[in-house]
Amino acid sequence: MPLQKEDVEKIAHLARISLSEQDIPVYTHHLSDILIFVEQMNSVDTTGITPMAHPLDAVARLRPDIVSESNQRDHFQTIAPQVEEGLYLVPKVIE
Amino acid sequence: MHNKTLTELRKALHQREYSSVELTRHFLERIERYGIQLNSFITVTTDIALAQAQIADKCLQSGNAGPLTGIPLTHKDIFCTNGVKTSCGSKMLDNFIAPYNATVVEKCQAAGMVMLGKTNMDEFAMGSSNETSFYGPVKNPWDTQTVPGGSSGGSTASVAAHLTPVATGTDTGGSIRQPAAFCGLTGLKPTYGLVSRYGMIAFASSLDQGGPIGHSAEDIALLLNVMAGFDKRDSTSLEHPQENYTTHLNDSIKGLKIGLPKEYFGEGLDAQVGKQLDVAIKELENAGATLHDIQLPHTYLAVPTYYIIAPAECSSNLSRFDGVRFGHRCDNPQDLMDLYKRSRAEGFGAEVKRRIMIGTYALSAGYYDAYYLKAQQIRRLISNDFTEAFKQVDMIAGPTTPTTAFKMGEKIDDPVTMYLNDIYTNAINLAGLPALSVPAGFVNQHPIGLHLIGNYLKESRLLNVAHQYQQCTDWHKATPPNFV
Amino acid sequence: MTWETVIGLEIHTQLATKSKIFSGASTAYGATPNTQACAVDLGLPGVLPVINEEVVRMAAKFGLAIGAEVAPRSVFARKNYFYPDLPKGYQISQYELPIVNEGQLQIEVDDKEKTIAITRAHLEEDAGKSLHEDFQGSSGIDLNRAGTPLLEIVSEPDMRSAKEAVAYMKKMHSLVRYLEISDGNMQEGSFRCDANVSVRPQGQKEFGTRTELKNLNSFKFIEKAINFEIERQIDVLEGGGSVTQETRLYDAEKNETRSMRTKEEANDYRYFPDPDLLPVMIESAFLEQIKTNLPELPDEKKQRFMQQYNLSLYDASTLTSSRELADYFEKTVKASNSEAKLCANWVMGDLTAFLNKNNLEITDSKVSATQLAGILRRITDKTISGKIAKQVFDAIWKGEGDDADTIIEKRGLKQVTDSSAIEKLVDEVITNNPKQLADYKGGKEKLFGFFVGQVMKASKGKANPKQVNELLKQKLL
Repeated sequence: MPLQKEDVEKIAHLARISLSEQDIPVYTHHLSDILIFVEQMNSVDTTGITPMAHPLDAVARLRPDIVSESNQRDHFQTIAPQVEEGLYLVPKVIE
Repeated sequence: MHNKTLTELRKALHQREYSSVELTRHFLERIERYGIQLNSFITVTTDIALAQAQIADKCLQSGNAGPLTGIPLTHKDIFCTNGVKTSCGSKMLDNFIAPYNATVVEKCQAAGMVMLGKTNMDEFAMGSSNETSFYGPVKNPWDTQTVPGGSSGGSTASVAAHLTPVATGTDTGGSIRQPAAFCGLTGLKPTYGLVSRYGMIAFASSLDQGGPIGHSAEDIALLLNVMAGFDKRDSTSLEHPQENYTTHLNDSIKGLKIGLPKEYFGEGLDAQVGKQLDVAIKELENAGATLHDIQLPHTYLAVPTYYIIAPAECSSNLSRFDGVRFGHRCDNPQDLMDLYKRSRAEGFGAEVKRRIMIGTYALSAGYYDAYYLKAQQIRRLISNDFTEAFKQVDMIAGPTTPTTAFKMGEKIDDPVTMYLNDIYTNAINLAGLPALSVPAGFVNQHPIGLHLIGNYLKESRLLNVAHQYQQCTDWHKATPPNFV
Repeated sequence: MTWETVIGLEIHTQLATKSKIFSGASTAYGATPNTQACAVDLGLPGVLPVINEEVVRMAAKFGLAIGAEVAPRSVFARKNYFYPDLPKGYQISQYELPIVNEGQLQIEVDDKEKTIAITRAHLEEDAGKSLHEDFQGSSGIDLNRAGTPLLEIVSEPDMRSAKEAVAYMKKMHSLVRYLEISDGNMQEGSFRCDANVSVRPQGQKEFGTRTELKNLNSFKFIEKAINFEIERQIDVLEGGGSVTQETRLYDAEKNETRSMRTKEEANDYRYFPDPDLLPVMIESAFLEQIKTNLPELPDEKKQRFMQQYNLSLYDASTLTSSRELADYFEKTVKASNSEAKLCANWVMGDLTAFLNKNNLEITDSKVSATQLAGILRRITDKTISGKIAKQVFDAIWKGEGDDADTIIEKRGLKQVTDSSAIEKLVDEVITNNPKQLADYKGGKEKLFGFFVGQVMKASKGKANPKQVNELLKQKLL
């Protein structure tokens, strides 16, 4: 199997998703299957091929430096889980 | 009313045969009757629909109406709709009332269309069967034991059952075309950048495209006219002059060169589906097109490549779902890490978690070159295959799906098997080309689709060929027996 | 064991655009929390970034000013990590293809010039702010700052002392303000510095392990923090231990650096090109236009001042440390018709002293260049002495009058240059101080000063000092 338990735990941590003890073997199995499946990519030599990040190889369009947005704090914060005095609240961040 | 084409509906509305309010009520009643059974809707926007229909009627009366004024549609629940729940088929956004409109939604509204509701979909557009939705699976109206396809399963099931005349969907690896094929509909994925992605909740940014789903090429051409267009809020939006996609529907297809890739007709394709497709392709020949053998040698790499690139992009796109500013938040987080890990574990389903993790892995230190970079290189090879092919032919044809709609629960436990549904459709998203699926017959009473791929920005031509095909066949007019 | 210090600096400067780098929200400082965080800044589902053209222009300007190659094609990349002030869970930055490549900056330390190489500069978006005031055990997040454009400037580890680091930082600070791409306001966080510090035995080629000192936001603190860290590392190494590669914060009150507890493991940022943004192309025509519109840069101006005004390296450096100061100086020289050195002394001396005392910037000076020029003109034409001029300066600063002549008139400060009048005073003073005269004649040469003082006193300071000197010399022979 390409992935071990520790690998999956590490990935889940990077992705900030908690996995239960029962879940880990299932995910390890499925993720390994997927990785085995994508191994096919190695059947072709891609030396010197420019990676394609965008389908149309287009270039950036820039916008003018104008303030176009107004204050919509109240509107946006109606859907916030926890807000106080206009601030989004999270468990205390220790620095 | 629900069996009429958009052109017929528009005529009826303009001639005051019935009003938009009456038309809307008619569809709302059908939704009430069949919607739950199919589970194709997440939200039915009754009040909004009726209000919009009333405004449309005023426009129609005063002579200020456009081609689609007063015509109802549904939006896949991936498009943000201001003041209306936008769930993306996920528990993560079950409580999310979008605070703004997607550009596609704004355009449809500006065209006077009436929003009947938000349709069900695979969670965060990840899936090929509409079985990963938090809101439960959608049933295929043709055979409710089978899946409608995904991820736009709710859109296609609704159109197929005549709960709405047209629908918007999105396609990242086949999510418009595959369910259109399974449900006997016509669905188009436009050239990458033709339809704005602003407000369309992102799955894989370099692959996602919004597109129209309907019964016929003519209907989706009309909807594409509304959906397409440059949007300055989307940096990947194309500055392509506005086209009228209905103008060339009736052009002759005599002399059109259609390429048939040998890779599409070999192993992996169900024999009966293949046979039915041969009949369909013969129709095109009868209409004057010429058939040519071509090769797309990197086809076999499309699915593996897609399943590295799409998860990589989504693993990053979905990081914003953290319980801080919107969406699901776990109860009583102990600390910041707990807030993130539990909110995301609770909010996301299994397939989404799988893809986030594969994507995270593919981008991580030590693996980036072997996975992500490699995939982007192969992507160029796949794209080059098409560039070469289009030097010889005008269009490429093949099957949309390897089989007809499979039974619910049949593939959901094995991710890789599910992924192989996309073998014919993935490559198109990787290359950014336009493609559509037209209904091409039945195998064991299950619909199949003919897949047509065009060169960049050749939507008009694709719709033209599909329309011509629909002039000499009537698969697109069929209705599932229980939803007449 | 002699130790060599190796320092590299990473400077983040906020670019002074009106709107954010990827959205149209305002970048104005000091707004009520979350009132300048639009949908794009909040990272709402479905939103997309669009690049601000002014940001590209400013970065290109900077690149040209440091003699760097401005990349014809540069790419934005996502830096992925989770933190509450980072709404999308990734920061849009630049990784493999930054907009500005290698360049350099000249610094002056102890009257010597040194070139510091700059590795690269790239564009990125700023994060929001975590406010740690207790909201019942929670932190409050303000996303106004999220999306503000930053230019991250990375130097080579070319600096060898805290002094050099400060000189570099000051020069960079001056440069970004000269170019008008940043207001460089350190209190408001528009100009932030991280220092990478390591030590190695003198002569060793390999670098020692380095630590990163974060968020040093004043020139004074940088010097102290770096010096503390150097000593700390040397202590560790001389004690047989090894330096841990880590991030440390400087505590200004205790004057020490402390290890940051939050980063348990090195972050894997999983950089990849942002699929929502396309590569930024910069044409040579665009660069040419910027080049022709570049202001005279600090080094050019410094050289010119040295030549044109015959000033020393130190004086030229000081006067060109800010564009406003340099402009003030030149205006003064032009309008005063006086020697450049005189103007330089007054600008660097009296004027600067007054500004510092009142905590003012040159642009808020209560004595304008024209007004100072007026004062210096009157020194040059001998209407007043240098000493009296200080009184005039003070008077104008306090608002007593609009120009030198008004004050001189009002207070009757005109210098007395009438030889016979001065001679009269000199004679009086000599006559009235026979003892001192005798002592002076007897060899106590220092008493000359006494006589000068007495004559000045008698003239209420208005006698021309030069003439007093000459006459006394004559008379005391």
